[in-house]
Amino acid sequence: MTPVPSPFVRAALDAAAAVPSSGIAWLDAARRENLETFAGTGLPETRNEAWKYTPLRALSQRAFGAADAAAASRLPVDAALYALPGIDGSRIVLVDGVFRSDLSSLDAGKGVTLASLGMALAAQPEPFRFTLSNRFRSTAADAFAHLNGALAVDGVVLRVEEGVSLEKPVHIVHVSSGTQPDSAWHARVLVDVGTGARAEVVEHFVNAAEASQFGTVVADYVVREGGVLGLVILQAASAATTLVRRGHIRLEARASATVHALELGGAMVRHELTAELAGDAARFDSRGVFALDGRQHVDTQLEVRHNARDTTSDALWRGIANGRSRGVFRGAIVVAEGADGSDASLSNKNLLLSGLAEIDTKPELEIYADEVKAAHGATIGQLDERSIFYLRSRGIPMADARSLLTLAFCRAALGSLPNDALREHLGELLVAHLPTGPSAA
Amino acid sequence: MHMLKIDNLHARVEGKEILKGLSLEVKPGEVHAIMGPNGAGKSTLGNVLAGREGYEVTEGSVLFNGQDLLALAPEERAATGVFLAFQYPVEIPGVNNTYFLRAALNAQRKFRGEDELDSMRFLKLVREKLKVMQISDELLHRAVNEGFSGGEKKRNEIFQMAVLEPTLAILDETDSGLDIDALKQVAEGVNALRSPDRSFLVVTHYQRLLDYIEPDFVHVLAGGRIVESGDKSLALKLEEQGYAWLAETHPELRKVDLTGAPA
Repeated sequence: MTPVPSPFVRAALDAAAAVPSSGIAWLDAARRENLETFAGTGLPETRNEAWKYTPLRALSQRAFGAADAAAASRLPVDAALYALPGIDGSRIVLVDGVFRSDLSSLDAGKGVTLASLGMALAAQPEPFRFTLSNRFRSTAADAFAHLNGALAVDGVVLRVEEGVSLEKPVHIVHVSSGTQPDSAWHARVLVDVGTGARAEVVEHFVNAAEASQFGTVVADYVVREGGVLGLVILQAASAATTLVRRGHIRLEARASATVHALELGGAMVRHELTAELAGDAARFDSRGVFALDGRQHVDTQLEVRHNARDTTSDALWRGIANGRSRGVFRGAIVVAEGADGSDASLSNKNLLLSGLAEIDTKPELEIYADEVKAAHGATIGQLDERSIFYLRSRGIPMADARSLLTLAFCRAALGSLPNDALREHLGELLVAHLPTGPSAA
Repeated sequence: MHMLKIDNLHARVEGKEILKGLSLEVKPGEVHAIMGPNGAGKSTLGNVLAGREGYEVTEGSVLFNGQDLLALAPEERAATGVFLAFQYPVEIPGVNNTYFLRAALNAQRKFRGEDELDSMRFLKLVREKLKVMQISDELLHRAVNEGFSGGEKKRNEIFQMAVLEPTLAILDETDSGLDIDALKQVAEGVNALRSPDRSFLVVTHYQRLLDYIEPDFVHVLAGGRIVESGDKSLALKLEEQGYAWLAETHPELRKVDLTGAPA
């Protein structure tokens, strides 16, 4: 039985009909297949455990037309929109999922390829065949991954060759144009850090103007043997944006990755981040903060899979919710059979700044191996009244005392970012985003 | 002219009346010791003066330099010159001690219409004060009180006082939990800050702090009121005889627990 497609699905089918052929038979086939799967299943329902706290019924009733690619390729964008202190290397900018060579500077040095996915496919499609055609069939991908697979025609390709160290971070910027209400865009990011190579990447989400847009990004990172990846994710989209991002980081033997994520914007945001510790002695550290206000809904799904021996992971996430916002955090650690010697820890602490805000946190631990060290914990609390009084008794006004304590609460997560200028900037963005007055609570 | 004039102060905590008609007058430059048995309301007095939430004043008034102190928010009281050295200083992870102190000083200066200190001028000030307090600057780089020993926490309170330069300093059982060396250091810091325009309320259970910080007046707080006042010889009498004798001259205290005599 095929259900009647929702307005959301119908609009996606219309958008797909307008996507021109890539000229690559296997790619067109993969897109078609993704579209059929997506149309068949529709958006997940809340009885689906993974979407329990993020209902999509309202989204399914909305129809997002394809963003106008021609307009996106011409739209004037002020570089100040995405300028970041401490980030002055190569940059690739997509506007509504469309690569903008005029805004990008792709020279990242010797042994590094930075290109748009469209350029890379035109030059040589074969290396992408496995990733772009097989991936979603074999894994338990959900509707948004299929949607992205069907509709993302452009994106980012970064390849760091064996033994090469990137001198400066690569800045990947996703701009929502904000020019067309109810439009959708999709982008694909593929990053390959070679054996023994080192790379720092900043994934950055901004809006050029305010409009109710919908965007999806599927990002695949591979860090090969002994490689090192530093990834900063800064999501500062506008208040009307709906964003679904899915990141997958695969770590081979002795490879390591460190993620720092700051989620500030968006109306409805889903961020799925999966790390797969595939090789022995691989290491994954993740730190993240979400700070929500108004009616924002931000859902972070972190999953760390220990699939090899002597692998290590450490996750430290903080959440702040004010106003009527809702934050969701699921942190799962899965230690596979045979992944002996794994050491995993996860901490998620949350702060409710208003009586009307809500945070749902769900730590999960699945262990199928022996000789494993695993620790995880999650808390939800309020600002400590004793600390507030202590600060006020020294002359610090109430609002400042509250932001000082809130920022301090987040420092554990963002304080470990090695780029000083960027770390300070993220702290300032966070302060600017915090409520300044006493809460309604 | 009185700096502080407390008149018939009644205050409740969690519905229970703790202060029951406390009156006290303090002139500039004076050091007043407030002694009393446990549960007499000593800490309540400090908290009420500093403006802590949950301490409800039901009757009476407090004038500070002629101004209604009880009408001010805690941060405004600080800016007008009131400082409470906490019995249990709060640990605040993630907030750097120096940053905190500069934010506090500048907030007070801003409130008073003075210009804010930039980091150069602030550091110069801090270095001067560090000498007085014999605090290592290593403490400054740590989070506020985090991982400090009991003595370090109390010295940090006095150091904050030195930087913020209040006109009325309330020391709430600053001697509790200190060994004799730490006690001497804290007392030296306090004595270095004594001046003709700065007054102190030294709240303590024990006489021994008063060996090092010599008070002009000693008051006994019992049953929520000041029941005896005198000079420092009163403290010595309490040291020798405890608090139980108060019930003889103050019949209303017979129902009050006056144990917890000084060690």
